Amino acid sequence: MERFGYVRAHDKTEAIALARRAKTAQQGADIRYIAGGTTLVDLMKLDVERPQTLIDITHLPLTQVKAAPSGGVEIGALVRNADLAHHPLIQRDYPVLSEALLSGASAQLRNKATTGGNLLQRTRCMYFRDVAMPCNKREPGSGCGAIMGINRVMAILGGSEHCIATNPSDMNVALAALEAMVHIEGASGHRAIPIADFHLLPGETPQRETVLQPGDLVSHIVLPPAAPGSQSTYLKLRDRASYEFALASAAVVATVDSGHIQRVRIAMGGVGTKPWRFIEAELMLTGMPATTASYKQVAAAALKDARPQSQNGFKVALAQRCLVHALRQATQTV
Amino acid sequence: MQPSDANNRPRGSFAVSSRRGFLGQLGIAGLAAAAPPSAGSAEASPAELTEHYIPASAVPVSLRVNGVRHDLRLDPRTTLLDALREHLHLTGTKKGCDHGQCGACTVHIEDRRINSCLCLAVMHDGDQITTIEGLGAPEKLHPMQAAFLASDAYQCGYCTPGQIMSATALMKEPCGPSDAAVKEAMSGNICRCGAYVNILEAIQTVRKAS
Repeated sequence: MERFGYVRAHDKTEAIALARRAKTAQQGADIRYIAGGTTLVDLMKLDVERPQTLIDITHLPLTQVKAAPSGGVEIGALVRNADLAHHPLIQRDYPVLSEALLSGASAQLRNKATTGGNLLQRTRCMYFRDVAMPCNKREPGSGCGAIMGINRVMAILGGSEHCIATNPSDMNVALAALEAMVHIEGASGHRAIPIADFHLLPGETPQRETVLQPGDLVSHIVLPPAAPGSQSTYLKLRDRASYEFALASAAVVATVDSGHIQRVRIAMGGVGTKPWRFIEAELMLTGMPATTASYKQVAAAALKDARPQSQNGFKVALAQRCLVHALRQATQTV
Repeated sequence: MQPSDANNRPRGSFAVSSRRGFLGQLGIAGLAAAAPPSAGSAEASPAELTEHYIPASAVPVSLRVNGVRHDLRLDPRTTLLDALREHLHLTGTKKGCDHGQCGACTVHIEDRRINSCLCLAVMHDGDQITTIEGLGAPEKLHPMQAAFLASDAYQCGYCTPGQIMSATALMKEPCGPSDAAVKEAMSGNICRCGAYVNILEAIQTVRKAS
């Protein structure tokens, strides 16, 4: 690990004033916020992240889960993953978020990792994590080791010729299906970004993962009011039963009326370079009978643009089956 | 609580032939060659953080471990795990993967289990930390330690302190009564010897008794 200076922030204004001097935005930046540290300290030990300054934000008052004025719920950026998953408001109104959180990492890591940190969690791509390997995300212009290399776990949606790394977060998938808003405090004030627009596709700049600018601090996330009568599920498929990242996962929130899908939200993890929302599939499924036949038809259409690599062709079928099964589970279709 | 200076704690002597003592002597030899840590403050003020800000190499950190306060000066890079093992010589907590993937380093911070290898010690200034040494003593074992013995819940024993720290924390967490629920809750602790069946038995024995 390289040397760094440690600063404990006492309020948001102070933290932002320090962090805005960073040369780039948060991820990979020379000045870095740290909270749970479960991703950042890991990557610092690997020399993948080499911040010169760490700003400890754990003492900022961003630890609340509370009812939002809009009728939804507001989640502070420093709420621990375990606390969020077990919060009564979340378990009652947004069980898909609770399930997604509890399917990720281990109990120890969930006790430490925060909402904001999970949102910004970096990829598990082994080329990204190994400084001896080329990686455009870590070292722009060095090439992508995965495209011609070992790519079994890589993305089949949203990749570019520069990067095919997946977003590893389970929480982000649930937030995408719940249409969360990410609230950001920055040098130029406060703004709110829909989760769908928060993460960026790799394109030609895989080193830029989010819309965050230097100094930007995620303060909280707002979930809109839960859709009345909706049912949901989070289904995660992986190489072992627990404590493993998804090969494919699906968050589904659906409302069924008289045997037909009235409203549905679909997002998937493990398959995309960002948390993947399937808006076309949602539109297609709306009004269709809540049957396995409908789900199979929609799942096939949803993955039609998938572009697998040499070793992850299986993910196309796996993702389709994952989605069909999640839809059946959420709508209790036999 | 009595403050103690862990840096002044006597290490193993050459007369005592033990692996740890030998490694301790190597550590002293190694220190002589290294530059002494320079003084610095734990918190750089905003004014200090200029473009030419030079990170201070050592910062004061106060850790409250098993009810005892320890005032240390640490490189900010020092993890809680390394502070416990290398500075406080509490070697019950083990270093396995050092990347939050194995659970051998599990300790409690403010009564919650965490991976100490992913914690920077400086971020836990003033926090209450419990290690396996604080759980029980050979003459007065914690019920979970006794259950691990009774169920033969280990082979080599390297993961055991982490398993026991995880298991004792689990007792206070929302966790269903089934074996499957316990397995899921314990999935962050890897046992390369594969003593999982007996680990599960030990935990369920304690849960059923309480």
